[in-house]
Amino acid sequence: MPAVSKGDGMRGLAVFISDIRNCKSKEAEIKRINKELANIRSKFKGDKALDGYSKKKYVCKLLFIFLLGHDIDFGHMEAVNLLSSNKYTEKQIGYLFISVLVNSNSDLISLINNAIKNDLSSRNPTFMNLALHCIANVGSREMAEAFAAEVPRILVAGDTMDSVKQSAALCLLRLNRTSPDLVPMGEWTTRVVHLLNDQHLGVVTAATSLITTLAQKSPEDFKTSVSLAVARLSRIVSSASTDLQDYTYYFVAAPWLSVKLLRLLQCYPPPEDGAIRGRLTECLETILNKAQEPPKSKKVQHSNAKNAVLFEAISLIIHHDSEPTLLVRACNQLGQFLQHRETNLRYLALESMCTLASSEFSHEAVKTHIETVINALKSERDVSVRQRAVDLLYAMCDRSNAKQIVAEMLSYLETADYSIREEIVLKVAILAEKYAVDYTWYVDTILNLIRFAGDYVSDEVWYRVIQIVINRDEVQGYAAKTVFEALQAPACHENLVKVGGYILGEFGNLIAGDSRSSPLIQFDLLHSKFHLCSVPTRALLLSAYIKFINLFPEVKGTIQEVLRSDSQLRNADVELQQRAVEYLRLSCIASTDILATVLEEMPPFPERESSILAKLKRKKGPGNLHLDLDENRKERSVNGGTADHSSTTSNAKAPMPPQASAVPVLRSAGPLFQVFASPTTSTDLLGLGSTIATQNSAPPASKGASLLVDVFSGNTAAFPVETPVAVGPVADENFSRFVCKNNGVLYENQLLQIGLKSEFRQNLGRMYVFFGNKTSTQFMNFAASVVCQDALQAQLNVHAKPADPTVDGGAQLQQILNIECVSDFVDAPVLNIQFRYGGTLQNIAVKLPITLNKFFQPTEMTSLDFFQRWKQLGAPQQEVQNIFKARHSMDIEVTKAKIMGFGAALLDGVDPNPFNFVGAGVIHTKTTQVGCLLRLEPNTQAQMYRLTLRTSRGTVSQRLCDLLSEQF
Amino acid sequence: MQFMLLFSRQGKLRLQKWYVPLSDKERKKISRDLVQTILARKPKMCSFLEWRDLKIVYKRYASLYFCCAVEDQDNELITLEIIHRYVELLDKYFGSVCELDIIFNFEKAYFILDEFLLGGEAQETSKKNVLKAIEQADLLQEVRLLTDP
Repeated sequence: MPAVSKGDGMRGLAVFISDIRNCKSKEAEIKRINKELANIRSKFKGDKALDGYSKKKYVCKLLFIFLLGHDIDFGHMEAVNLLSSNKYTEKQIGYLFISVLVNSNSDLISLINNAIKNDLSSRNPTFMNLALHCIANVGSREMAEAFAAEVPRILVAGDTMDSVKQSAALCLLRLNRTSPDLVPMGEWTTRVVHLLNDQHLGVVTAATSLITTLAQKSPEDFKTSVSLAVARLSRIVSSASTDLQDYTYYFVAAPWLSVKLLRLLQCYPPPEDGAIRGRLTECLETILNKAQEPPKSKKVQHSNAKNAVLFEAISLIIHHDSEPTLLVRACNQLGQFLQHRETNLRYLALESMCTLASSEFSHEAVKTHIETVINALKSERDVSVRQRAVDLLYAMCDRSNAKQIVAEMLSYLETADYSIREEIVLKVAILAEKYAVDYTWYVDTILNLIRFAGDYVSDEVWYRVIQIVINRDEVQGYAAKTVFEALQAPACHENLVKVGGYILGEFGNLIAGDSRSSPLIQFDLLHSKFHLCSVPTRALLLSAYIKFINLFPEVKGTIQEVLRSDSQLRNADVELQQRAVEYLRLSCIASTDILATVLEEMPPFPERESSILAKLKRKKGPGNLHLDLDENRKERSVNGGTADHSSTTSNAKAPMPPQASAVPVLRSAGPLFQVFASPTTSTDLLGLGSTIATQNSAPPASKGASLLVDVFSGNTAAFPVETPVAVGPVADENFSRFVCKNNGVLYENQLLQIGLKSEFRQNLGRMYVFFGNKTSTQFMNFAASVVCQDALQAQLNVHAKPADPTVDGGAQLQQILNIECVSDFVDAPVLNIQFRYGGTLQNIAVKLPITLNKFFQPTEMTSLDFFQRWKQLGAPQQEVQNIFKARHSMDIEVTKAKIMGFGAALLDGVDPNPFNFVGAGVIHTKTTQVGCLLRLEPNTQAQMYRLTLRTSRGTVSQRLCDLLSEQF
Repeated sequence: MQFMLLFSRQGKLRLQKWYVPLSDKERKKISRDLVQTILARKPKMCSFLEWRDLKIVYKRYASLYFCCAVEDQDNELITLEIIHRYVELLDKYFGSVCELDIIFNFEKAYFILDEFLLGGEAQETSKKNVLKAIEQADLLQEVRLLTDP
């Protein structure tokens, strides 16, 4: 037994614990415990009243037994009795028992609450703390109901001791987390904010945690905390390491408090007040500088505490995403950690860089570390670090380095840990598609994926390669040749057989001219794999065979022979049997013309979100919106031009046949076209199953027709524009960030994150809104609607497609908005969101960043043209000018990017002054087109800009000038 | 912080503190899974891992593993130092703490933790202040004991 003499030892307890430790087997332990339980039960039931000490001892024993993992079904009453003991030690054990073994037994709860109430009003700080700890530890609704009003009073009362304040603050935090609806906001909130100024750093630490939690839910109410937090942080950061006495931890001044303050600041956008903003920037710079200083101690605690503050500061810099210099500095300092000898730092640097990669300011800086990251992928010994390296490579990938990154990931795949293979496969598939300039590279990459990690290639991946090959004529011949060669391998993965079967069935004719891949050789090759495959693959191969009969009449006999064999016609599997019977019959009775019609090449697939992305999202869980947005960007690049959209239109109009798995292949004329529907596709991931029956519908709409137009003209299911429900203030913090970009996080609170990705063409647009549930609880009755108020109603049409009414915990819901600009406009529509979370109805209103400049089409023109038009637009109402102070650093590249992001063409060499920027474009609305010219003249000395807009319409000039002025 | 677990190299749970409401069954499952996962890791590996949608921060001190589960936005390094500060507190209180101290005086380990962390957040990061609070409580106990019959 250890020789601890502090407090009161409980001898009986120590003996019992020793006994348990001496038990040689689980059985012996259980026997000893049962004996003790019987003993305690009899003591509790006995006639003799137990003294406080014995009660405490037995309750403590029960607690020990419970903590060993055994069930305890009595003793609660005795523990509650201890609560009202006037002996501290008994009370303390009583509270511990209650905290650990919460029981929602209602009689007891009222007794417990009663005891807590007494202690809270005892004015004895030690007792008050015990009671507050108990509330915080249990945190049940019953306790919240009883004490949610009392705790704030204690917290802000003038005469409360510091240590009680600390407990009260965190107790309130816990109640707010578990039952936010029960914690009333009130005048105490302002006083809580002022605790940030408290002399006692322990009080400030606890209060900062509380304020952060509250501010996440209602940022407006705690806005004033920003300036106080900055001031406090600034004092800590600039203090000497000994100033803060015991709050200095291994030569680092108040690291916990610093981290918490930096976290609090991440609930808000950069401070608007220039002075506060400047002070904060100074703090951040000091933190970055301090991290570069030589260490004051060799202890790992010193470096951990210092770097904890550094990483949190970097998180804030990334959150603000507005100071290019700080972002680039952050990136460089993280870069040093990539090769640090501490594994922990390498891990965190990789993780943090992932978010830096998504900022436009630091993306390039992150990319410079590519070799180090690739090296980490190869040499790190810890799989969790390698996983981070994969994530970072994925995040830093763009067109310039895609081939290298995909090649490295592919080669890593061969030796990768099983636990992360599937995710790597998905990532490679996504990157290969996203950055494919040359689709032969894409096909090769996917086939390599199947070769290296066939088992981890999910259906979504091979569906996608087929979708792409079918939609792109130029790659079909290459794909056929490549799969044909790949199938030569004696042992190839079943997924390869699937892809091979599908592609040769469609495009085998493209390589049939070569005698080495004549129709018969192709067929024999496929059929040699047939018997090794599972039923779904065989079904697919049978469909490939009937397609062969159409493509190559010369092998009809051979194939009919195969279909006729007993192993097909009498196959025990009903799906295979049915296919064999129906295909055989079809091949016998149908004329060549009918065959050619029925078995015609598959029409292009409707372009839709890649199911691979959805899958990766599901794997990654919540909080990864950047990734999603990124992925959706890809969607655009792959779907590319307008031609694809026209096919979408025709397909979307076709009636949707029922799920493939339920439909026999040849029941009527319609389902025939489903010959390739995989019988096991129970979910319609790619449209392989259910959107194919289009050939008998009208021929595709003319190539120029756009899907967006169609949506507006023929859409019967357009979402009604609802009248706005009574909601709080409309959030617009991030609104102006979207003026020059289309993707990003629009809104975020503790429950919900809203991300946007949008695309615009002429006067039409489409916006993908991603609602991410950040909690682990389902949102019920979820509804989002868009409201255009007043004049905007006639100027802008926004149709929201209906979305699911529930969002699972950690899941993301996507809603699509179709937008049409009718005439020029000023206001922005409002997105109203309503849902039920844990019993309370949440209302959120966010201003949607649909601004007039989104309907810009850039126009290139010569210097001569530009000034000619400039003069033509010289009428006073056509010109609007604004002179304003620069809000951000006057970086030329950033300015250029912003003007292009704004939508205008940036015209080089037009303005005689090379430091000026000029742009031109046309705003497209349904009713009219408005030509726009703009000129931005920076004055770096005065830190000022002059922005001039000239358009044919005064209102447009004014609006564009207002929008763009805010960006610099 | 969502929860903190202390367990031995043999996988025996020595202390568990939950800051989120979970059923007894869930707690047992989580503890079992995590203990297994962490014991399987090699000494030089990094102290952080992703687990479900949480981040796990852990460190081994002699025969005991200290393991914290924090949320996605939480700071891993500062959590690592939360663990260290708790170890320092135990060490100071017990005088070069060992696993046995925590087994035999488990209630004290809980009391110290409650003074240091509450609701999953740091309540008092000053070592002196935490120990002062605990010593005052001990004093109360001794005073009462002396006057007890």
